[in-house]
Amino acid sequence: MASAARFFIRGAHSKLCITGIGSGTQSTFGATFLKLSPSSSSCTKTQRRHAAHFTFQPDPEPTQYGPTQKMNMFQSVTSALDHTLANDPTAVIFGEDVAFGGVFRCTVGLRDKYGKDRVFNTPLCEQGIVGFGIGAAVAGATAIAEIQFADYIYPAFDQIVNEAAKYRYRSGNLFDCGSLTIRAPWGCVGHGSLYHSQSPEAFFAHCPGIKVVIPRSPVQAKGLLLSCIADQNPCIFFEPKILYRAAVEQVPIEPYIIPLSQAEILQEGSDVTLVAWGHRKAIHLLKEVANMAQEKLGVSCELIDLQTILPWTLKTVCKSVVKTGRLLISHEAPITGGFAAEISASVQEECFLNLEAPISRVCGYDTPFPHIFEPFYIPDKWKCFDAIKKMISY
Amino acid sequence: MAAVRSMNKMYGVCFRRMAGLKASRLLQHRAFRVGAVHRQEPFDSTLEKPQFPGASAEFVDHLEFIQPNVISGIPVYRVMDRQGNIINPSQDPQLSKEQVLNFYQKMTLLNTMDRILYESQRQGRISFYMTNYGEEGTHIGSAAALDPSDIVFGQYREAGVLMYRGFPLDMFMAQCYANADDLGKGRQMPVHYGSKDLNFVTISSPLATQIPQAAGAAYAVKRENMNRAVICYFGEGAASEGDAHAGFNFSATLECPLIFFCRNNGYAISTPTNEQYRGDGIAARGPGYGMLSIRVDGNDVFAVYNATKEARRRAVAENQPFLIEAMTYRIGHHSTSDDSSAYRSVDEVNYWDKQDHPISRLRHYMTARNWWSEDDERSWRKQSRKTVMEAFERAEKRLKPNPELMFTDVYQEMTPNLNKQRESMWRHMKQYKEHYPFDQYVK
Repeated sequence: MASAARFFIRGAHSKLCITGIGSGTQSTFGATFLKLSPSSSSCTKTQRRHAAHFTFQPDPEPTQYGPTQKMNMFQSVTSALDHTLANDPTAVIFGEDVAFGGVFRCTVGLRDKYGKDRVFNTPLCEQGIVGFGIGAAVAGATAIAEIQFADYIYPAFDQIVNEAAKYRYRSGNLFDCGSLTIRAPWGCVGHGSLYHSQSPEAFFAHCPGIKVVIPRSPVQAKGLLLSCIADQNPCIFFEPKILYRAAVEQVPIEPYIIPLSQAEILQEGSDVTLVAWGHRKAIHLLKEVANMAQEKLGVSCELIDLQTILPWTLKTVCKSVVKTGRLLISHEAPITGGFAAEISASVQEECFLNLEAPISRVCGYDTPFPHIFEPFYIPDKWKCFDAIKKMISY
Repeated sequence: MAAVRSMNKMYGVCFRRMAGLKASRLLQHRAFRVGAVHRQEPFDSTLEKPQFPGASAEFVDHLEFIQPNVISGIPVYRVMDRQGNIINPSQDPQLSKEQVLNFYQKMTLLNTMDRILYESQRQGRISFYMTNYGEEGTHIGSAAALDPSDIVFGQYREAGVLMYRGFPLDMFMAQCYANADDLGKGRQMPVHYGSKDLNFVTISSPLATQIPQAAGAAYAVKRENMNRAVICYFGEGAASEGDAHAGFNFSATLECPLIFFCRNNGYAISTPTNEQYRGDGIAARGPGYGMLSIRVDGNDVFAVYNATKEARRRAVAENQPFLIEAMTYRIGHHSTSDDSSAYRSVDEVNYWDKQDHPISRLRHYMTARNWWSEDDERSWRKQSRKTVMEAFERAEKRLKPNPELMFTDVYQEMTPNLNKQRESMWRHMKQYKEHYPFDQYVK
């Protein structure tokens, strides 16, 4: 069943590749859907609305890392992988369908450039992919494994939680799989339904020994991915797949590192702290929310991108909450047991005397991720806006 | 049976061909070998043949299901009989007296250590133990056929491999006692050994997880091009896990120099093999994955040695995985938490202990050559018992590691969050120290 569903989506996305290559505009998803179902105009409208639940706004061009080039997110991922293969002869990239370039085009051209013993397909088996990656890392190779969708990472849960995360600890540091990185497309995509939309970071946040990282843009993606690959701990790197083509900005050509376990303040504010990560985060959806709050309510929002889910840093968030006295956390994953709960409890513990209102969590509902109801499911800007309104008048 | 025989014949041909190749050519072949047997036939629509990409086969015009052959399964390769006589001289590995004595001493030393540590668990001196009774031959025979640089991934009943590679008794004991000398820093349950120096990857409890990991390590080793192989041990029960399927398939499709070594001892805790599988054991699965496979008598240390030696040679030369299924019998209980008389008869256990044991069989072989006498046996028993007891007493006296080590190695670096928890623990301990067993731990 799972593989049939995957094949369907694969087909859809290879269409996307053909129509979307090089264009990299925000409307790629909508436009592609038009081509796929020309007969149903109402359906097209709905789909377009799903995909555009936020507007990608590029970060200011980073100048500190040398010359830049316009890239979307899948291209910046390819660029990071390219540097890694060029600089580290032990590095290998593997997973389902990575050899021809990947179903999201993240590995295009790498096999031709570096050889089929370094960029190769594996059998269709997630527990095998992660187990194989652990073994390669144990034997000293830099292993970059791809899980085709974050939704299909669960067959490898045992290898990640019981093995990868505990390798160094249980062996007394005799052995480790620190040179393993697992990449996986993540988050909603407008029409991905139950198994092409999930945000499973909270399942992994409960697991000491691994790092979980989620970028918000092409620039962050390249810098954070290179950090993950260089880091001497097993890392899971979730790539917001809705940004693969939608997000285009100037990305440094040379390799550069963005440190893990550091949150980033994207916009200073004084009344409310907004925390998110991935595509839901401040600079996209929450930035719009902040603008709305400023315009309609005169409320000044401070926006923070958490970037690293585990091991996460409390410092930046707490410093902000001490200043603003209010905190809103938003994520797409279901609310119960979501990572917002962890942030919320920790901030409450650290900033009890500074809090002016209960901490607000605007998250997905406690249901599976639905197909046709996606516009009602996602914690969009209106839900966030309303939460801010209530917090301010608390 | 016919199928098996013709398969053997085919392998025989391969053997000879490979033997004819010069070593240098073999090396060149390593990196980018394209095994003709693994390739499908090229597409040619003019032929009146099946053109399906998924398999290379002829059409057949009658309906016939392929019958599994479980009554007359893959034969069990054996070099010496139960009395230690070599059956076919061409298969005699011709090991020197020193080598054979070393085999015997390592097997019996393991046996002695097992008895003492088993008893110590019964007395509550260590928390847990798993013996290796009846499977000593599989460990020593296979370990001896490997290069010391070959990476070993094990399950938990392969202590003899470490013993053969020279892991000190003190280190075995340190791990079981989780004392301050334990290389694993006292974090895992007993018998979860590991040694970086001896290329023995630390054991973990989740079954079969090491199987796809071994494939990944073998792939990395292949790319290193240093003539190393990987061996991966597992029981027949673990072979039912999804990870076994993953590891077999990955190693075949990715052409990994890897030996899968299955210890089929008849039981997974209480579950007999007829509740574990319905095919012809584990060896019969190998060809389904495109893997060269063999079944050996696990109580015959020479049969195990020969099979492993040849599998190792070819795995490294040809970059392909091999499967060895060693048939044996788990004479001891599954672990110290298990009483096996609840699910199997004492007679059955006695047969394997008294009449078909790897240690006694090798002893017959040695006695027949006048390499070993009753006196040698008595003095070796005495001496091995003494060395084990001495290590045991040293380990027992040693303190446990500093509790600080609970927090290190979670990540390579100490994270701020963990550091906070570490400090919090010590603050607590300072205030409530009388409620914690500090006297047993290194300060």
